[in-house]
Amino acid sequence: MGASRRRMFLIALGFLAPALVLLAGLVLYPILYTVVRSFFSAEGGAFVGWDNYVTMFTNDSTFTAIRNNVIWVLVAPVACTVLGLLFAVLLEKIKWSTAFKLIIFMPMAISMLAAGVIFRGMFQESPNLGVVNAAAVAVNSAFGGGDAAYPGATPRGDSGLIDDSGILAGETAVTAGSEQNFPLVGLRADDVPTSAAQAEDAASAGADQITGTVWLDVVVGGDGTVGQIDDGKSGLPGIKIDAVAADGTIASTTKTDAAGRYVLDDLGKEAYRIALPASNFDEGYQGVSWLSSGLITAVIILSYIWIWAGFAMVMIASGLSAIDRSLQEAARMDGANEWKVFSRITAPLLSPVLIVVFVTLIINVLKIFDLVYVIPPGSSKPAANVIAVEMWTVSFGGGSNQGLGSALAILLLILVLPSMIINVRKFREERKS
Amino acid sequence: MRSTMHHSLLTPLAGAGILALTLAGCSSATPDAAGSGEFAGDTLDVSAAWSGAEQTNFEAVLAAFEEQSGATVNYTSFGDNAATTLGTQIEGGSPPNVAMLAQPALMNQLAADGNLQPLSDEASAVVAENYSQSWVDLGTSDGTQYGVWFKASNKSTMWYNADLYDAAGASVPEDWDDFLVQLQLVADSGYAGISIGADVGWPLTDWFENVYLQTAGGDLYDQLTNHEIPWTDPSVTVALDALATLWGNDALVQTGAAQRTFPESVTEVFGADPQAATMFEGDFVAGNITDDGSSVVGENALFFDFPSVNGSAPAVVGGGDVAVSFTDDAATDALMQFLASPEAAEVWVPEGGLTSPNNNVDTALYPDETSRQIAEALTGAETFRFDMSDLTPSAFGGTPGQGFWQIMIQFLQDPSDVAGTQQALEDAAVAAYVD
Repeated sequence: MGASRRRMFLIALGFLAPALVLLAGLVLYPILYTVVRSFFSAEGGAFVGWDNYVTMFTNDSTFTAIRNNVIWVLVAPVACTVLGLLFAVLLEKIKWSTAFKLIIFMPMAISMLAAGVIFRGMFQESPNLGVVNAAAVAVNSAFGGGDAAYPGATPRGDSGLIDDSGILAGETAVTAGSEQNFPLVGLRADDVPTSAAQAEDAASAGADQITGTVWLDVVVGGDGTVGQIDDGKSGLPGIKIDAVAADGTIASTTKTDAAGRYVLDDLGKEAYRIALPASNFDEGYQGVSWLSSGLITAVIILSYIWIWAGFAMVMIASGLSAIDRSLQEAARMDGANEWKVFSRITAPLLSPVLIVVFVTLIINVLKIFDLVYVIPPGSSKPAANVIAVEMWTVSFGGGSNQGLGSALAILLLILVLPSMIINVRKFREERKS
Repeated sequence: MRSTMHHSLLTPLAGAGILALTLAGCSSATPDAAGSGEFAGDTLDVSAAWSGAEQTNFEAVLAAFEEQSGATVNYTSFGDNAATTLGTQIEGGSPPNVAMLAQPALMNQLAADGNLQPLSDEASAVVAENYSQSWVDLGTSDGTQYGVWFKASNKSTMWYNADLYDAAGASVPEDWDDFLVQLQLVADSGYAGISIGADVGWPLTDWFENVYLQTAGGDLYDQLTNHEIPWTDPSVTVALDALATLWGNDALVQTGAAQRTFPESVTEVFGADPQAATMFEGDFVAGNITDDGSSVVGENALFFDFPSVNGSAPAVVGGGDVAVSFTDDAATDALMQFLASPEAAEVWVPEGGLTSPNNNVDTALYPDETSRQIAEALTGAETFRFDMSDLTPSAFGGTPGQGFWQIMIQFLQDPSDVAGTQQALEDAAVAAYVD
């Protein structure tokens, strides 16, 4: 009896051996070696005890990485699962659902790296480069924003002018009968309208008038005297000018002519500030800095959802096709509305699939690397950091500290373990039932 | 799962690296000339990183030596694996006679391990005759002279769009303050004075190195490189203050620097629709401009030397390749002497792609005005130093998102906090220099 048992054991071992060797060599040994390595110094020569683990939790960049991983785990799996469930349930009810499913699933066919490059491009700050900001600016200008004639113009330095949050004005108030000139710079010669003529001195002001000239104080090629109306300097036509009284009311308003001259009429005895309103120079809405430190993690999570919602949808849809339709029909016969059918019948029946999808996504999100590596520009890399990227950076990306890298790898392993155990339990229960 | 991909990616990459190494080891060329000079019958092995056009040009240099001496010279490229390849060869007892190294640290390491032959007195004399003291010092390790610098690069070049400078009436600046004045002229004409690509930190570390070498001088530069003085030193404050006069001036620097890549900053200045007039980086920018295709180097894409800060003498930050010898024989010595002579460099110079640090190379031989100007700036510099971030531990000077690179990005974004920046640099350096 004992002998045949032992024989059975040996036969079983013989069949298991190849798999065991593979497991030991490719899974067990690397894990054990990583544990050992995490107690050694950067170049591996000296035993440093728990030092790497202490460094890991006291170092700013690792701390940000752990915090970001928490945000990822809280947001991304829930969002993907909910979206996947929505798509799966709603698409069941329409014709051509396979076509729609295919489209939603398609991002899964793109490598994470390529998806990262695409999203980086889409969310560029400059509206000339990033499609998201381009759309935002286009919508804004459709509603009348950003149509100023001279965006970006600034007053010539030391010319007695100030720039008060976009409004250009004389430093001091002037009384009627005097002159206030506006030499401006920061405009390209090409951007001056064709109607503009050579700048000219304004006519001397009458008793109730203030006159002056607004001109581009730059000669192409660099000749001319700063602050003087010279040959080759162009007047700026069509600029709105206000005379602002001490109490803030606008006493008179006008626009410049082709040579940049203006005349403000009907002024009283008091002194006025002459101002060019910001509407002349407003550069308009420039969109949002998506890739800045504050928004970068949100953008990366968005790209992740774009890719993985399709995966969740396909998994849930297959679960949906396997459930017993008669239960739903029965509920409908008993007068339940569609929401009740979904929340009381469909969702509970789907819960095993939902949990598998959710847990799989949690494991996946904890290990997130590619997107975080590709999308953020240098300035927001620290803000976007996650554990897997930090692990790679300190071990291979220039840090050459594989001790600390191993410690981070072990942290990642410990974080992933609970989800793995839940998944394994789940499979076991399913097999039992 | 898809994202497990990156775990398995590294192994084939490492495999490919080994394969490339093996292939590189095989690609030796055998020039056929075997004259009847003094060393007829001797065979020399020479290794360098160069392949392609650079290999062809260097083999022409070696052929000139063959003709002169009668020796046969075999060239082998070790690609980017100088340390590994040479290490293996030394281990196996068959190092090349002469090798070209791109890292001074590697030369110092090999010298300390006793693998290098010091230059003979004759060779030292040839070097002294042709090179300035900076280059002699760079070829010296622990008081003994081992190296002959054959090739150099200049990282102190400020590239500008001449069309925009002309339209704005701006000219080549005389010093740092004048530089800011000229940039203001450009800004007045409606274009940004300067475009900085700070998506990664290395261009910014080069900015700092140039300013620091000028304001602090070569000795302090060496000490800071070796972290013998802390980053909180007042000399660092001076350099960062100078940088802040430009970086903190929103009227001169094109907005959005932190999200612009380095190639994008080249396009912003030399592309089809330029938005800025100046950009800073080494002589390799000429290649970026040519790749972009909208501007022509030497016509509207020109450069001037990094402006002198606080009245400093001309100083150049750069890199280069140094020839070192592993064997003690007359033929090797003759080759080292040849490489130190202007005749060797003059074989390659007219073909383009070589900037020689040799003072006595006839600069009229450079194929165009721009490369001649780069070479003259290099040989005319009173101080020459290697790129600091290449000499520091990579955890400090070579890691994206951390250390020197990242702290300079933060300084660009907020140049007002000089003291905080110095403290951050010091903290990062202390952590990186432990070993």
